[in-house]
Amino acid sequence: MPFSLFYTPMRRHHDHGRPHHHPHPADEHPDHETIRSGGGREIKVVRRVLDANDRMAEANRRLFAAHHIFVLNVMSSPGSGKTTVLMRTLEALMPELRCAVIVGDICSTLDADRLSVSGAPVVQVNTDEFGGDCHLAAHVIERASAELPLDDLDVLIVENVGNLVCPAEFDIGEDRRVVILSTTEGEEKPIKYPLMFRLCQATLLNKIDLLPYLDYDRQLAVDNIRQIHPDMAIFELSAKTGEGFAPWLAWLREAISAKQSA
Amino acid sequence: MHEMGLALEIIDIATASIPADLKGARVQRVNLTVGKLSAVVPDSLRFCFQVASRETPLEGASLNIEEVPVVARCLQCGNEWTIEEPVFRCPACDSPRIQVVSGRELDIRSIELEEKEGD
Repeated sequence: MPFSLFYTPMRRHHDHGRPHHHPHPADEHPDHETIRSGGGREIKVVRRVLDANDRMAEANRRLFAAHHIFVLNVMSSPGSGKTTVLMRTLEALMPELRCAVIVGDICSTLDADRLSVSGAPVVQVNTDEFGGDCHLAAHVIERASAELPLDDLDVLIVENVGNLVCPAEFDIGEDRRVVILSTTEGEEKPIKYPLMFRLCQATLLNKIDLLPYLDYDRQLAVDNIRQIHPDMAIFELSAKTGEGFAPWLAWLREAISAKQSA
Repeated sequence: MHEMGLALEIIDIATASIPADLKGARVQRVNLTVGKLSAVVPDSLRFCFQVASRETPLEGASLNIEEVPVVARCLQCGNEWTIEEPVFRCPACDSPRIQVVSGRELDIRSIELEEKEGD
């Protein structure tokens, strides 16, 4: 994993990038001015590298707002129980709310197959087409949402690629970001991946049904989250047994209705 | 992990920033600002850039990366400090109401073009 808040550049040329293809929206005409420096000519650019993604995310946000669709971006490391949490969440929200899911994985349709049981339309995005990307970028969401009946939806849930690093950096046009952290992952993840925990509004502490079998300090996990994000909404639950789901669903329903009445 | 994607974006933006009257000019250096809170490994980005810039006006260009520390401001007492450990709470008044003022940058500041012969 490449990311640490306090990264010390120790590795030299050992990271191998993979080829990667995705459309790059054409750059318009950046404001530049030419200044002289040293031998060459320095051209001022002053652009965010993720500008293209941010603009696409804003376009997505406008599209979803026009359809009054609430968008939830769900992130976590692999194996934290995202799909199971979402299955139970969909079961509770539907049919009262019309939901759809975009699920991102590097490859396979296993998660989409599981989620489609809910009856919600599911679009599986395999990022291997895009070079095995570690996250869903805004243009991928734009493409996937074209396959959904936007006029007939209230809620779009995006199950991001399992990864606590990169998805945090890419705005997709969501209303809320949620991170799932399972008890089997230990208590330290928030400290190790601070950007993710800074940017999410809620953390679901999943797999609490396993607590009797683990040396897991739930207070320490909560303290670590609060150290990074003091206002974080934290829900301890078990996607397997359903324990603890009510407060999470109440939080989610409130966010959805705020969007719908906006 | 997505450094290759970033390298491609940098090449796109830099190429589009070469003024029309200097088309064909080669880029010698790209000046970047990278915040410590951004999910970027500078060495990995340099490696990807080197590979991805082949056969572009940026081939052989260097990436000059200025790393920016994470600086926060307390919305309670106005204290401003550099976050050295992942604790997002004011060290002066203990307030959790803080704003990250820098550290998330991932910006191209400028590009430097090779001086053309006879220029």
